[in-house]
Amino acid sequence: MIMGPYDHRRLKSLLGAWALAACAPEETAAVEAHLTDCAPCADEALRLRDAVRLLHPHDNLDMDPALRSGVLELCLTRRMPGIPMPRWSVPYDAEAARLDALLDDMGEADWGAPVQLAWYDDDRPSVRETSVAGVIGHLLAVDGLLALALGLPDPLAADTPADETHPRTVASPAGRTEALWREAGSSYAEQQSLAREFRRRHASKMRDEWRTQTYALIRTAGFAGGGVADLLVPYGGGATLPLRDAFLDRAFECWMHAWDIAEAVDYPYVPPTPEHMHLMIDLAARLLPQTLAARRRSGRAAPPRTLVAAGAPGRTLHLEVEGKGGGNWYLPLDSPAALEGLEFCRLAAGHVSPEEAAVGRDGEREAVDDFLYATASLSRL
Amino acid sequence: MAHGTGPHGTGQGAFPPRWNRKMQQRLARGEAAALSELYDRFAPLVYGLALRVLENEEEANGVLSEVFSYVWQHPDAYDPKRGQLRSFLAGLAHKHAVRRLRWAVIQAGAAGEIADSEERIRAVTAAARADYIVTSMPEPLRAALELAYFKRRDYRQTAAELGVSADEARRRLRLGLQMLATAYTEAGRPS
Repeated sequence: MIMGPYDHRRLKSLLGAWALAACAPEETAAVEAHLTDCAPCADEALRLRDAVRLLHPHDNLDMDPALRSGVLELCLTRRMPGIPMPRWSVPYDAEAARLDALLDDMGEADWGAPVQLAWYDDDRPSVRETSVAGVIGHLLAVDGLLALALGLPDPLAADTPADETHPRTVASPAGRTEALWREAGSSYAEQQSLAREFRRRHASKMRDEWRTQTYALIRTAGFAGGGVADLLVPYGGGATLPLRDAFLDRAFECWMHAWDIAEAVDYPYVPPTPEHMHLMIDLAARLLPQTLAARRRSGRAAPPRTLVAAGAPGRTLHLEVEGKGGGNWYLPLDSPAALEGLEFCRLAAGHVSPEEAAVGRDGEREAVDDFLYATASLSRL
Repeated sequence: MAHGTGPHGTGQGAFPPRWNRKMQQRLARGEAAALSELYDRFAPLVYGLALRVLENEEEANGVLSEVFSYVWQHPDAYDPKRGQLRSFLAGLAHKHAVRRLRWAVIQAGAAGEIADSEERIRAVTAAARADYIVTSMPEPLRAALELAYFKRRDYRQTAAELGVSADEARRRLRLGLQMLATAYTEAGRPS
């Protein structure tokens, strides 16, 4: 059979495109003429056309996030784990999974969205603009402090040797973040200048590194068990947190930054489970007294009104956090304070200002302000 | 089609044999962290396949629980020598989903419906297998199908967007559909 430029081989090669209606009109006509007298091609054409019917758009699965803990709990009651997950690493495990699921749902274009990072520095609101990949890099860099404490590789140390005067191991969260952004080229402007394919590759690399490190952290914590709960993790500038609290801090940061990303790409993002949120609020409440004391020493908060005789009970601040995950905390401060759980978390993350949080509060203005500013100052980049 | 950026999350793409082996060992040791990781990597796959068969979220949730608790309780049921953990889980998801579908049909009663139901089970099985095939096929084939089918590009435009020759675009579209067509033949086999 001679059919001008369309021989059997060429027509056969067109069958896929034909089934998808992706040929030029004259090619379509030539294929269809051929099918009437070539049985093998007619068979294949039919099969491929049927296969096209099986293609359909990716559904957004919209799995209920609460499902995860339910399924995992069910499994663990049916077979007790030989190596359980320490309780203090569970919120981190859950928050990393939630952020990962959000990243999974995001479309290609969402990765190019600018994200605003907000925190309180020197009692003033600070904002930094970065890309989604930049936020992931920030989480990767700061989570790296825990990796170092557990003897895992530092995501930063990969190419550059540590500066002798500022060894990487004690660098601050902000310093580490800036270093990683420089190394990886994550700034929003730099990302925008890249072709889409390179931006996607960069985002994909950041995400893989971050997720791989979260898995390694959770796994190592499980192996080390209770023994490492009190291991001190250096946070730079002499500050430390015991590992159990560092995991809670990172869970909190993961949630807040996932929320930043969700806002930037206009996706809904719900708070953690009340139980996990309670643990995060508890950490902030426990950090408040020392933060306030440091602020008093540096003159940023008023000194206590009355001196208490040695050994006598001092005044306490009754911190009442309302809503899911809330509770009551009694702190050695000077005034009562009541906040809604989410608002308290937003304040501690530097996402709402102390002035906004102060609206409508009763009590001694100065003491309430001290408390609100101290809470906001827990935030950092 | 999935937007996933890597082998994480949706469980797309191949995992190295070593990863499959190690995960199996970790599950056998009873590492709770391994169970979490397994869930995060494959829950969307299991849930998506179950939903395609059952078209009911609550029922798909049931399959999700059954599949993960089965693997956790029977870590030795998976043999890394016989393939990817991912396809083992897809197989389990399918088995549990079809079992639920049959049960729902039996409960609904009518004899005529039971006869029709085998036809329906074949159809949803093909659809679920097709989903799995699409997520497992090499990325270049998936990208070509996505452009030609979802974005309505002809094969020359597809070639231009992918930066390949027109010959290569035709080859990818044909090969992609041939892989997809196996969903029908496999659906005919008893699972």
